[in-house]
Amino acid sequence: MLKRLHDRRPAQLGLALLVGIAFGFLLQKGGVTQYDVIIGQLLLEDHTVVRIMLSAVVVGTLGVHLLRSLGLAELHPKPGSFGSSVVGGLIFGVGFAVLGYCPGTVAGAVGQGSMDALLGGVVGILLGAGVFAALFPRLSRGILAVGDFGDVTLPRLFKLNEWVVVLPVSVLIVLLLWWMHGVGM
Amino acid sequence: MDFLTATRWSPYAVGAGIGVLSWLAFLLLDKPIGCSTAFARTSGMIEKLFRGSVVDKKEYYVKFPAEIDWEWMLVLGVFIGAFLSALASGQLAVEWTPSRWVAAFGPTPLVRWVVALVGGFLMGFGARWAGGCTSGHGISGALQMAVSSWLAAICFFIGGVAAAMLIFRVFAG
Repeated sequence: MLKRLHDRRPAQLGLALLVGIAFGFLLQKGGVTQYDVIIGQLLLEDHTVVRIMLSAVVVGTLGVHLLRSLGLAELHPKPGSFGSSVVGGLIFGVGFAVLGYCPGTVAGAVGQGSMDALLGGVVGILLGAGVFAALFPRLSRGILAVGDFGDVTLPRLFKLNEWVVVLPVSVLIVLLLWWMHGVGM
Repeated sequence: MDFLTATRWSPYAVGAGIGVLSWLAFLLLDKPIGCSTAFARTSGMIEKLFRGSVVDKKEYYVKFPAEIDWEWMLVLGVFIGAFLSALASGQLAVEWTPSRWVAAFGPTPLVRWVVALVGGFLMGFGARWAGGCTSGHGISGALQMAVSSWLAAICFFIGGVAAAMLIFRVFAG
């Protein structure tokens, strides 16, 4: 673990900016900063978004778990509950279709000149996040706590070595991508 | 250097590149890549301009302080990176209404603006409700095999596909 680097705030902010620039460059080159591409995915016509996400998950999971096995990285899985992950996920999904960008790609869309992303998307997300923050004390003791399962991962849930999950899931994702390509999806 | 000026890269290459960025984020930053928390912090920072430091005492901003952090810099970077990519490929252009929207609902920017505002609101609200977005849950959480993230990401697409079908197949007729 590069503990000393992790503790140096200016270096962290600078590195995060560089990672973000590369991320934004890739998102724009992938076409997912475009409304038409996101909507094409949600109408199940053009699977660019799913192709990018699944490829990122395969490459990411193999490398990150290798770093973890080597003692160079720690995992930070997010906690969840049915009330939070399912209900929040569905609300997000509706927003995803109505806006046609997501919180990352909306920033990229602004960068390429999409005014609906700037004046509608960014302003709306800031308002939505602000209203959520105001309601948080009530929600966190109510629906967000329903069916709480914590920050569990699939390997811990099934009490398996992480590679016993990571390798088969990666193979399944590659097969799925290959099949989608084969049937012309 | 033709690849820099190309308008599109293979989705597999883009995905693999994002996967490699996730390695770097875990190794160098000890953080999974995410975007939506930065919007929540910014919302708090704007509220502070009007209401002052009482905002810092709100339960949510005690948990996620309303200040610039690594993720805020990452989102700023996404803006810059997409700008550079669009500049290199000649796609940089002010666009008020996306073409697919125009084909279904006409070219009036105000209508698209209001709908985007509503969509953004739901997305900002839903992202914080679910504790993450397409990158934080859909990519970073999924690659960590987090149960919360797989569940949330599946729900993003269920809600998204249902709403998109309703908007484009029913409302747009």
